[in-house]
Amino acid sequence: MVTLVINGEERQFDGDQDTPLLWVLRDEMGLTGTKFGCGIAACGACTVHIDGAPSFACVTPIGVLEGAEVTTIEGLSEQGDHPVQVAWRDLNVAQCGYCQAGQIMQAAALVDQYDTVTDEDIDAVMSANLCRCGTYPRIRAAVKQASAAKSGTSEAEAQ
Amino acid sequence: MRKMSITNVSRRGLLGGMGAGAFVLAVGLPRPGRAQEEEPEFGRDAMPNGWRDDPKIFIAIAEDGIVTVTCHRQEMGQGVRTSIAMVVADELGADWENVRVDQAPGDEEKYGNQDTDGSRSLRHHFMPLRRAGAAARTMLEQAAADQWGVDVSEVKADGHKVSHAGSGKSLGYGELAAAAMDLEVPERDSLVLKDPSEFRYIGKGSIGLVDNMDITTGNTTYGIDVKRDGMLYAVVARPPVYGGKVASLDDSAALAIEGVEKVVQIDPAEFPTEFAPLGGVAVIARNTYLAMKGRDALQIEWEDGPNADYDSEAYRETLSQAANSAGGKVIRDEGDYDEAAAGAAQTVEAEYYIPHLAQAPMEPPAAVVEIKDGKAEAWACVQAPQVTRLRLAERLGLSEDAVKVNVTLLGGGFGRKSKPDFVLEAGILSQAMDGAPVKLTWTREDDIHHGYYHTVSVEKMSAGLDESGKTVAWRHRTAAPTIGSIFAPDPAQKLPFELGMGLLNMPLAVENIRAENPEAQAHVRIGWYRSVSNIPHAFAIQSFAAELADAAGRDQKDYLLELIGPARQIDPTNQGDVWNYGENPDVYTIDTGRMAGVVEAAAEGIEWGREMPQGRGLGIAGHYSFVSYVAVAAEVEVVDGRVTVPRVSIAIDCGAHVNPDRIRSQMEGAVIMGVGQALMTEVTFAEGRAVQDNFDSYLIPRMEEAPKRIDVHFVGSDAAYDRPLGGVGEPGLPPVVPAITNAVFAATGKRIRRLPIADQLRS
Repeated sequence: MVTLVINGEERQFDGDQDTPLLWVLRDEMGLTGTKFGCGIAACGACTVHIDGAPSFACVTPIGVLEGAEVTTIEGLSEQGDHPVQVAWRDLNVAQCGYCQAGQIMQAAALVDQYDTVTDEDIDAVMSANLCRCGTYPRIRAAVKQASAAKSGTSEAEAQ
Repeated sequence: MRKMSITNVSRRGLLGGMGAGAFVLAVGLPRPGRAQEEEPEFGRDAMPNGWRDDPKIFIAIAEDGIVTVTCHRQEMGQGVRTSIAMVVADELGADWENVRVDQAPGDEEKYGNQDTDGSRSLRHHFMPLRRAGAAARTMLEQAAADQWGVDVSEVKADGHKVSHAGSGKSLGYGELAAAAMDLEVPERDSLVLKDPSEFRYIGKGSIGLVDNMDITTGNTTYGIDVKRDGMLYAVVARPPVYGGKVASLDDSAALAIEGVEKVVQIDPAEFPTEFAPLGGVAVIARNTYLAMKGRDALQIEWEDGPNADYDSEAYRETLSQAANSAGGKVIRDEGDYDEAAAGAAQTVEAEYYIPHLAQAPMEPPAAVVEIKDGKAEAWACVQAPQVTRLRLAERLGLSEDAVKVNVTLLGGGFGRKSKPDFVLEAGILSQAMDGAPVKLTWTREDDIHHGYYHTVSVEKMSAGLDESGKTVAWRHRTAAPTIGSIFAPDPAQKLPFELGMGLLNMPLAVENIRAENPEAQAHVRIGWYRSVSNIPHAFAIQSFAAELADAAGRDQKDYLLELIGPARQIDPTNQGDVWNYGENPDVYTIDTGRMAGVVEAAAEGIEWGREMPQGRGLGIAGHYSFVSYVAVAAEVEVVDGRVTVPRVSIAIDCGAHVNPDRIRSQMEGAVIMGVGQALMTEVTFAEGRAVQDNFDSYLIPRMEEAPKRIDVHFVGSDAAYDRPLGGVGEPGLPPVVPAITNAVFAATGKRIRRLPIADQLRS
């Protein structure tokens, strides 16, 4: 039995403790926003935040998550208005959309963690997430827009 | 002069062409009950079950004014749900914020053709859907006029309401909906379509994707996301070699795992396999992880069958021998190639190799089927839901009426999801569980190991140049297994639709042309992959054009434009192309002026001719496919044998634009997929088995490998809505790869004749 917090709610799982978080989320908790793409941490479609850090749910056994706080795409923001989500819609980033939850979770951690985001940062961090449709140019632009929007907001708050 | 004897017979047989449903007919049998003299049908008229324009099928208006547009084409990233809604909403005079989209199930009797492939959703359905919108608008106007007792000519529908200028009265669409939808649909010929100057959405760039909010909040449903009460989860161990089967099975360890419910054998597929499941052993469990764990515990011995020795490196030699031998079927013959080549001042030869590819959509194949009271219902990410319905009914022993196929979003398709084998697997397993809902998921390894692969090709090009460097003789030999091999005993030769993908219909201003197609046997399932045979044909032809430019000591772009020749209209049937993407060759001619136009635009976009630093180079390529014209100019950098593509300029002329933002996004995506095919992507085989497993070995581009700058240029009359549209989803891809490899030559002096480049440039 493991007890953890998923999107702010306490949840328990008493099945096979080797079960990757991905399948607990998708098959047991009804949270299908987190996607399966490879199962070996090679595509990033399953990216979630574990205790704030972007992580691959497909290779994280549920048994190691006792007491952990997990955030999935469904819990990233209450109204779907994280600066990254807003930028994604502004720029029509998605094509098929399947990888985008993972992309957004990866990008949100990047934008939240750093005040400014460079092209090199985007290459280094976002290369963990594959997109077969080829939305990379718009992901790049959206990450920059979200980063600018966030620093704009925090400057405004500081004043 | 058109060669009617060829066109009549072959057009008749291949009208469906790419359409999966039509294919069995296309390959095997003549269509029954049709006289040879009958006028041939083209385009949307020739598709299985045709098209519909009845507003009552596609448009529902609720009392609160919400307009629901039913989308009968499948969404896989091309934006079709948004674009179709834009078309209907514009003609209807609807306000975008009150428009919703519903997805049609597979039902071609009701909706007309639903096969979402061949880059033709808007090409075929733009006009019928405009008429549906216009008809509904007319009915709303009539309903208002009836209510006010005025003549319909005095009222006008727009902005989600109908107004009467004389009295200042107006009624919202919601208030009029019930009365309007009770009216007869007006005659097609009586409809007045909007003038393009009145469009609010079509051709404009301001519409967000209808699924944007759901995609960005994780609220979407793809095939893999469907959940039903009491649902079980399954994966299948399939024969590792195409045509293999289970020799022995020990499932005791799998069944000992808590949560594993059942192990089910699926019969092996028989040749030709078409859309039949490959067979193997399924494990059904309480969740996906337990199903996978159960599969890992199976002890299976396989009997590999006739393809056990398939080795892609050895097969490359086989194809090469075929492509280097005379005697292949002559598929195009103009002038006298042999005489012209013999008299040439200079001859040039080159052989190109293009490997197998897997579509690898980010959502692997996945489907749910449940069977209740003798009726089966499927939820699946399929490009061809009607074909899925028919094959599922056959496999389950049900009538077509007893099967419903609900279409989810597709997490990418690229041709893989035109084949419903995975939905049939789910159906078989539901049947084995007394109809309980079963979700069948393919892992990524399943996807790479058991695909419907893009064919593998050797293209042998030969040419003669005269003393001035002009090409006077051109010969193209193409050797590749055909998609036809999954539908019939392997014909071992390309079908007309494959030859019509950029080989026969490449415009060339050369007098002596010969094309030959020697035989090649298939040893894996061959299937459609975005752009299909255009990929090898464009790579060979556009690489060779650059090689000829080099042999002639000429600029690559100038030489390419010379090969395309002066602006003229070419009837594709005169070049032996009897398919022409299913379109009427009198309407869709090959326009060399448009071809040259995109080449010029792509070149200008990359600042062609500028001085390049050491290790950098520019390359260019143009290609006509899916009745659109695309050219790509690429800049590459090669450092220590490692190629990067910092900048790409891509120009498209696809006729009028419905959703320009989605045309841009398709071009951007095509460039990135092409970067992968140039640099890293391939599936190889050894001992009949795919060598690559997952995204750690089947490589596709990542962010760091994507060009930092992609400029998309629109060429041509983007507002000519009265002229036929071109395709968008596929034509961007073919010219990307040769543009990159031609740029590699400019940067390094080394010709890439084998894809992918991988480590060929490393010392």
